[in-house]
Amino acid sequence: MGADAMAAVTEEIRKSETPESSFLAGYGELERARAGRESEAVAKLRRRGIERFAELGFPSMRQEEWRFTNVAPIAKGDFHRVGPGTEVGTRTAPEGAVEPWLIESAGTHLVFVDGQLAPEHSDLAGLPPGTVLSGLGDALLEHPELVEAHLARHASFEAHPFVALNTGHMAEGAFLFVPPRALVTEPIHVLYYSTGATDAQGRPAVAYPRNLMILGEAAQATLVETYAGPEGVEYFNCPVTEIVCGPAAVLDHYKMQQESTGAFHMATFQLHQERGSSYALHSISLGGALVRNDVNTRLDGPGCESILNGLYMVRGRQFVDHHMKVEHAAPHCHSFELFKGILDERSRAVFNGLIHVHPGAQKTDAKQSNQNLLLSDQALVNSHPQLLIFADDVRCTHGSTVGQLDDDAVFYLRSRGIGDEAARSLLVYAFASDIVGRIKVSELRRDLEEFLFTRLPKGEVVRQAV
Amino acid sequence: MLLEIQNLHVSVDGNEILKGVDLALDRGEVHAIMGPNGSGKSTLAQVLAGREEYEVTEGRILYDGEDLLEMAPEERAREGIFLAFQYPVEIPGVSNTYFLKAALNAIRKHRGEPAIDAMDFLALVREKMKLVKMEETLLNRPVNEGFSGGEKKRNEIFHMSVLDPTLAVLDETDSGLDIDALRIVADGVSSLRGPERAFLVITHYQRILNYIVPDRVHVLVDGRIVQSGGPELAEELEVKGYGWAEEHLAAQAAGAPAGA
Repeated sequence: MGADAMAAVTEEIRKSETPESSFLAGYGELERARAGRESEAVAKLRRRGIERFAELGFPSMRQEEWRFTNVAPIAKGDFHRVGPGTEVGTRTAPEGAVEPWLIESAGTHLVFVDGQLAPEHSDLAGLPPGTVLSGLGDALLEHPELVEAHLARHASFEAHPFVALNTGHMAEGAFLFVPPRALVTEPIHVLYYSTGATDAQGRPAVAYPRNLMILGEAAQATLVETYAGPEGVEYFNCPVTEIVCGPAAVLDHYKMQQESTGAFHMATFQLHQERGSSYALHSISLGGALVRNDVNTRLDGPGCESILNGLYMVRGRQFVDHHMKVEHAAPHCHSFELFKGILDERSRAVFNGLIHVHPGAQKTDAKQSNQNLLLSDQALVNSHPQLLIFADDVRCTHGSTVGQLDDDAVFYLRSRGIGDEAARSLLVYAFASDIVGRIKVSELRRDLEEFLFTRLPKGEVVRQAV
Repeated sequence: MLLEIQNLHVSVDGNEILKGVDLALDRGEVHAIMGPNGSGKSTLAQVLAGREEYEVTEGRILYDGEDLLEMAPEERAREGIFLAFQYPVEIPGVSNTYFLKAALNAIRKHRGEPAIDAMDFLALVREKMKLVKMEETLLNRPVNEGFSGGEKKRNEIFHMSVLDPTLAVLDETDSGLDIDALRIVADGVSSLRGPERAFLVITHYQRILNYIVPDRVHVLVDGRIVQSGGPELAEELEVKGYGWAEEHLAAQAAGAPAGA
């Protein structure tokens, strides 16, 4: 189907006024704006993405994968895009808004504002020779063969509406290439800052960051992704991140989700690991009104290790959903998952963890644990671990717990002079510290500790004690 | 008088456990409370520390002339009450030192003193650890997690010595300890004895009282103190058993003269 024909199709859908209509708008303009700046193959991927989204539509709670997650607030929304082919064009962040989110110890910064690359905030001077960090838009022009070898080849848009939606609008995002045997010693920081600005019609913004990170054979790097926005504003972030770890590559990956508590964040992450590679994720989810993280890893060569650590801490009416899928497709691979949740007030969390051991993936060692702490009677967690095992010589364990603070422990602390609130906060901190302590980037660890001291009642007592 | 318990009645889930306990304990004194299982010893300890599940239905407790029952558990601790738990709680994720520092600072703040300096704290902790012969590795481990029974009890005495209470209540700190550990615990307690401090040693067995010689011994049976006396009472109990004390109670109930 050609661009004009497609435009006609989207126009048709738009007229029929389904919830999807407004999310198809602008597709034609984007395609025209991208013409000549990318190959036909990429244009075709985008087209297939938008078509697939139009077919799939928004998921309903009748679908198993979305059983507890109501995306109606997004589907009912009306958002505007920023970037080429849009009325807004570019947007700059208010003076001083971006800087607090930058990680000082990072060697390089790549900053996006409302989904568009912001060169004025980015600093790529510290990159070692051969390593590429740029916007995806530039990478499509400058390194088309590298990009096209992997773009949309790992994160499938066939079954996932938000991946399809992202693919249908993909134009910008972070591109990282670490050449074989290269060692990037300082953390690479990618910041996605949302301003919360509305367009002339008062519509909040939507961004579709499309990220591709490639580590060559035996390359090593530390990557920090931060998603942030000013407190209370509304916007929709719909990122898809594909990461490829070449043979024996080592990646330490941090995702700090600190969106506005008025924001929607629907993220899919797809990891592809080749033999002997070692990957560690630390996924910290603190912000957002409605958050979904699909975390999919595929251990595709023998001897891979995948460590997936996560912490979500929500309150008010925040909703956070983690859908984990660990695919053991090769023998002698290890995966270790530990996700912890702290829920207060009327917040809700979903954790769905699938370990899928393919035939032939012998000697797999897979562990998964999801632990939740409810601080209020009204908070709710649905935790659902799943194992699918098609090999006979494997070790797989999973477990999930949902509990409250231990009264005996609270009394024990109080009987030694620690106040009730401080005692509870100390216990919550202790629960989180398991994950916090695994963060190797000291600045991030301190930031998170600081967040906890500020968030927890009588946090100063905890700060003094630890 | 440091501690005055007057006609204390306590219920748990509607069952009356303490049925009118009277006790007076002054600074510089060590009193022992002995009694069989289920007599209400631990209930008394928990009520003194402020456990909310225990309902005081009658009577009162004065601590330094103040109404103790009006005070939250943490206020009691800050006013100098320490309970060494019969079953010390394991707290994963909270290091033993962090916990102790938070507790000590809470008490210091209450006294209007500044938070303790990190070096001073370390020096204090090192000194007190020697007292109970505790290994330094137990400092950085989560509170009581994976500690042996003896280590937990020693850790309680260690906490006590750092927090420097005015009234220390030891709830069966001796039970389950081998003779060496018992001696260490008893030495720890003895070294803290002084004119400003009082101890209430709750125990099932007389053995620990060979090391911590009490000023008074009270026998608690079925929620009542049925007999009080000097340290020789503990030895008498050891020989005659709690059956003798229970008969004593029955005799009292029948109106016969006590201790005849």
